[in-house]
Amino acid sequence: MGNIPTTVKHCLSYEQIIEDYPWLRRWLQEEKIITEHEYPKFVKIVEVGPRDGLQNEKEIVPTRVKIELIDMLSATGLSVIEATSFVSSKWVPQMADHTDVLQGIQRAPNVRYPVLTPNMQGFQDAIAAGATEVAVFGSASETFSRRNINCSIDESMLRFEEVINAAKEQQIPVRGYVSCALGCPYEGCIEPPKVAEVAKRMYEMGCYEISLGDTIGVGTPGSMFKMLQKVMKDVPVDALAVHCHDTYGQALPNILTALQMGVSVVDSAVAGLGGCPYAQGSTGNVSTEDVLYMLHGMGIQTGVNLNKVIEAGDCICNALGRQTNSRVAQAKGRTL
Amino acid sequence: MTRISQCHFNHFCVLSDFKSVGLRAADALPEKVKMVEVGPRDGLQNEKTVVPTETKIKLINMLSESGLAVIEATSFVSPKWVPQMADQTEVMKGISKKPGVSYPVLTPNLKGFQAAVGAGASEVAIFGAASELFSKKNINCSVEESLQRFDDIMKAAKEAAVPVRGYVSCVVGCPYEGKVAPEKVAHVAKRLYSMGCYEISLGDTIGVGTPGSMTEMLEAVSKEVPLSALAVHCHDTYGQALANILVALQMGVSVVDSSVAGLGGCPYAQGASGNVATEDVVYMLHGLGIQTGVDLQKLMDAGAFICRTLNRKTSSKVAQATCKL
Repeated sequence: MGNIPTTVKHCLSYEQIIEDYPWLRRWLQEEKIITEHEYPKFVKIVEVGPRDGLQNEKEIVPTRVKIELIDMLSATGLSVIEATSFVSSKWVPQMADHTDVLQGIQRAPNVRYPVLTPNMQGFQDAIAAGATEVAVFGSASETFSRRNINCSIDESMLRFEEVINAAKEQQIPVRGYVSCALGCPYEGCIEPPKVAEVAKRMYEMGCYEISLGDTIGVGTPGSMFKMLQKVMKDVPVDALAVHCHDTYGQALPNILTALQMGVSVVDSAVAGLGGCPYAQGSTGNVSTEDVLYMLHGMGIQTGVNLNKVIEAGDCICNALGRQTNSRVAQAKGRTL
Repeated sequence: MTRISQCHFNHFCVLSDFKSVGLRAADALPEKVKMVEVGPRDGLQNEKTVVPTETKIKLINMLSESGLAVIEATSFVSPKWVPQMADQTEVMKGISKKPGVSYPVLTPNLKGFQAAVGAGASEVAIFGAASELFSKKNINCSVEESLQRFDDIMKAAKEAAVPVRGYVSCVVGCPYEGKVAPEKVAHVAKRLYSMGCYEISLGDTIGVGTPGSMTEMLEAVSKEVPLSALAVHCHDTYGQALANILVALQMGVSVVDSSVAGLGGCPYAQGASGNVATEDVVYMLHGLGIQTGVDLQKLMDAGAFICRTLNRKTSSKVAQATCKL
């Protein structure tokens, strides 16, 4: 309760308040009942393994393996699976087969397959390849923006506006990402007002949802709370998602904090695919399996079958020749 | 109706501000959390490699320098059952006890208690279970019988003015029984507390708990034992430990058990992780503005040391990330 001015603190006696305003007890008790149901009943999982996950794996995965992964994920109950990225293969060779992947997958009804489109060229290629939803990637850090996509935040917003306007004409929904929402590998601490500013711009430009990314996983429930508190003043909570990296093991408590604040969309990657490019050998994306285990254990519905996700994770890990990062998958695979 | 005074109005604005963003997330967290370091005992007891005595002593000494206030040093259990703790007396006598730091040891029975006090222990711990089957399979007696065995220890400890900490294992799940009823946990916790244990550590022995089951269990237990006397001992086998610890803190628990480098696998899920890593817990607590008194760098140094000796990777994500940035 550090935000309360000292002038007010001496008045903060619950007993005194109730004595002065007896009708308040009922109001506060009703509020308490409301806050006892403070978790969303349903959480939408946005599966980013095939794109964010595989993009950050050392091994380049053959097209048919990517297609197989996405097809397996399509049968798990996931409703959103980020399929690929229409970025130049010069920059991201792992995603060079974007058109073949998008055209090769079996699209399940009720599942959406957004793709990344950093600019108009990428957007046009994506539409030509059959994309029905796209995503654009902003940053809350000036330095990260310059190093990652070679332009300032303002310049990137102009590029996205072009994409969003073109998408509007074709009725293609656009999702916005804000990276470095809780910290930047170059600038260090990122102030919540900056994150709110970028999120608001992207939302007002026309993104239907803004995914706030803890790109290097340095966030904790403390910084997550402060950041969301600020962003939620400018973007409705229903339009927010969290994209937590598990580099410091903080992803699940950070997601829990976000849920407590009303966020009901969570990004994650099957098997925790995708290391952190800023901390060699460290983990990156939080595992979908571990998120599902937590949500289901809290009685929150997701529509996703955990065992089927574990199977998909095992399959891709075999293909990559690596162990899963999911603790749930590790434990279930080895229970005596 | 009397006019609401300005300061009350400001109070409501702040309250509603918190409520509009989710009061739960803004629930007053403890200002300080006591970390109970179980690496040298619970951690090393569950490692495959048996560690030489001088290594254990060096680990404990390094941990003593990191600011930890409680370090569980060893276990006075028969070496026949737990060979990793066979050097209990040498460890107890060999460590440099830092003033202000407590070094509890496990004592499963009166014989163990006497040996512990003989070796210089000034705090002990006893272990109960919330699951009948687990109790039978683990210590070959029912829960009730185990509690009766502890009577002897409690009497002797009282006479010697030695504080006793109580553990309850399988508080949210049992490898044999599956789900464990919160009422059963509350019953065992209450018994241990009434017998004289100053603190009850509630252990998610196989790490199956989630914020859902953790909340339910703590609600039941806190009806019987004051929150200030409760601790949580979460295993990270399913990656849920930090989320579980967070809800425990939000409910008023302010003592957390953990193990440096996440030492100690889960004996019920081969190769899976066990104890939550102290480094990862401390990172979260400091990020929340909660004081622990622990120097994270010195803690990581201790973790790096023991992992080198055990020739294994750390299970702490903070340690993994920090070393490679």
